[in-house]
Amino acid sequence: MAQGKNIERHFDEHYFVSGHTACSGCGQAIAARLVANVAGPKTIIANSTGCLEVFSTKSPESSWRVPWVHSLFENSAAVASGIEAALKHEGKEDINVIAQAGDGGTGDIGLQAISGMLERNHNILFVCYDNEAYMNTGIQRSGLTQFEANTTTSPIGKVTKGKLHYKKPVLEIFAAHCIPYAASTSIAYPRDLERKVKKALETKGPKYLQIHVPCPLGWGHLPSLTMEIAKNAVLSGLYPMVEYENGEVVKVFKISKRISVDEYVRPQARFKHLIKDVGAMKALQEVADKNIEYYKLG
Amino acid sequence: MKKFIEGSHAVAEAVRMCKPGVVSAYPITPQTHIVERIAKFVADGELNAQCVNVESEHSAASLVLGASMMGERVFTATSSQGLILMSEVLFNIAGMRLPIVMVCANRALSAPINIWNDHQDAISLRDSGWLQLFAEDNQEAHDFICQAYKIAEDHKVMLPVMVNMDGFILTHGMEVVDVAEEKTIDKFLPSYNAPYKLDIENPMSFGLLGDPSVYLETRLALHKTMEETLETIPKVGEEFASLFGRKGVDLIEEYNIEGSGTVVIAMGSVCGTIKDYIDGSDEDIGLLRVISYRPFPKERIRKALKGAKRVVVLEKAISLGSEGPLYTEVRSLLDTDTTAISGFIAGLGGRDITFETLDEMMNVVKESPGERCRFLGVDSSLLKEEFYV
Repeated sequence: MAQGKNIERHFDEHYFVSGHTACSGCGQAIAARLVANVAGPKTIIANSTGCLEVFSTKSPESSWRVPWVHSLFENSAAVASGIEAALKHEGKEDINVIAQAGDGGTGDIGLQAISGMLERNHNILFVCYDNEAYMNTGIQRSGLTQFEANTTTSPIGKVTKGKLHYKKPVLEIFAAHCIPYAASTSIAYPRDLERKVKKALETKGPKYLQIHVPCPLGWGHLPSLTMEIAKNAVLSGLYPMVEYENGEVVKVFKISKRISVDEYVRPQARFKHLIKDVGAMKALQEVADKNIEYYKLG
Repeated sequence: MKKFIEGSHAVAEAVRMCKPGVVSAYPITPQTHIVERIAKFVADGELNAQCVNVESEHSAASLVLGASMMGERVFTATSSQGLILMSEVLFNIAGMRLPIVMVCANRALSAPINIWNDHQDAISLRDSGWLQLFAEDNQEAHDFICQAYKIAEDHKVMLPVMVNMDGFILTHGMEVVDVAEEKTIDKFLPSYNAPYKLDIENPMSFGLLGDPSVYLETRLALHKTMEETLETIPKVGEEFASLFGRKGVDLIEEYNIEGSGTVVIAMGSVCGTIKDYIDGSDEDIGLLRVISYRPFPKERIRKALKGAKRVVVLEKAISLGSEGPLYTEVRSLLDTDTTAISGFIAGLGGRDITFETLDEMMNVVKESPGERCRFLGVDSSLLKEEFYV
């Protein structure tokens, strides 16, 4: 009986509800609920193909309690633009429109459609759940995969080890469109995340929010460590939490107690090869150092 | 009211009167005049729509998908490479059962890049789940728009419709068009009432993952609906005819078939040339014009060809490595023991199909009947001898 009431309450209080098939410890599922709950019932969501779409809407079930549509991998920004244009035509301007995708659907295959959406000044929040690889297809490297990370298409070989290229600066690319609001955050800081979603939705025009979401399966860590690893990404300087308004940095999350990159990567199998490779570890530390210097996180 | 008007503008006028709420397209020759004119209507306040200039055809199709999902009547137009870039979204639109109407200004596909007319673009989307209608002239292109919405938005149909018109030949051709009265269109085409949509009052999820336990049935349902539109299309055409006083859409058109031993089968504007050719010929030649390529009106074609001894398929597309796709389908309907069938490819990349081309075709039919895939009007000097016999 008590259990039944809890479930009822769960369905009343949340707009992205349980019963989906995400892996245990999935950072994206946590972030999706936080975003949906802040946005509330007057929201329409366009979702790109990816883990979130697959684990939340296997026919005939859906975890979404707001109107939700999935079309294709690279087009959620364009689908959302159509939704927003329809709302404009109907004179309904008080409904939130959110487009969302993983890092591949955002920074690689979806980049063009998002750039178009930003340039055309649609009143849409685009949310990127950044788990730093194509997890839905089995952990292949994306443009947003962290430097040196081991994925199935940036494997540890005899000649090369891990991703050879730096993480694509997608937040900076979108901020450079001089949109009213662009920010990064992490599920390790739910209050920060919620504040940024709220701020974005209160801002008129195109907005971009990039959320760091660990993936236990793809990163090779215990599901119980999701939050801790997310936090260490921020504290090491590898995932700066920053806010842009009209193309200018207006606020950064200052790191109170900085940790080494070593501490962040140690529990993750994707960085296992760095533990015995001093040069490789140093190279990743330099990425963190540059972030801290560039965004003045110290 | 009769107007001497360019094909693209005749289409734009028809779209304006159908009152779409959202229009989105990307420029591509020879489609551009259609959306340019629609953009002007919106800028002048003659059409109350959101006209969104996107960064690609892929996004144009995706944008109208999103707006259609909101319950809006929408419009897009494209051609050639644009259609092929859209193709992923076009399959998706049909699967999501959205009544979107688009115009395809038919144009050849690259390489080599070529902006002129043939049907390869639309034919390549044959299996996408879109109804495909081919207009012969600008009057039809104009009239097909409101009929396309009427067919698509029928709650028993809920499928997208592609109105095909030959690039340049029709889009840029000036003809006298009897432009419909807006009040007659209003009477014929009520505003769109979506049976399902994105709505905060009734939140639903669309575009779900269909695993092996459900996918097959969704395709069967789509196929069955497509077959049912074989009845919807002529019905809508009859309703159009009674209101507008001119012929409406149909699956096929028969021209001088009765008593003709030879029947030519073709689609689009070349049928005008063929009709003139028939009118000036001493021989018994008829024309079967395929208007609806999808759904493919098998029974109507079979019935129309009953008395034909020779069937000649003339088409502006080829399934490379096989033969003309229309030829393949027509052949599958005929008893080849009693009917000789020949297949011809002509007009690719805008090569004119003239009376000389048709003379060449009829000579081949007489001298070597049963050619499966013969190209017409070939300049043999451009081909190495070993490739051309």
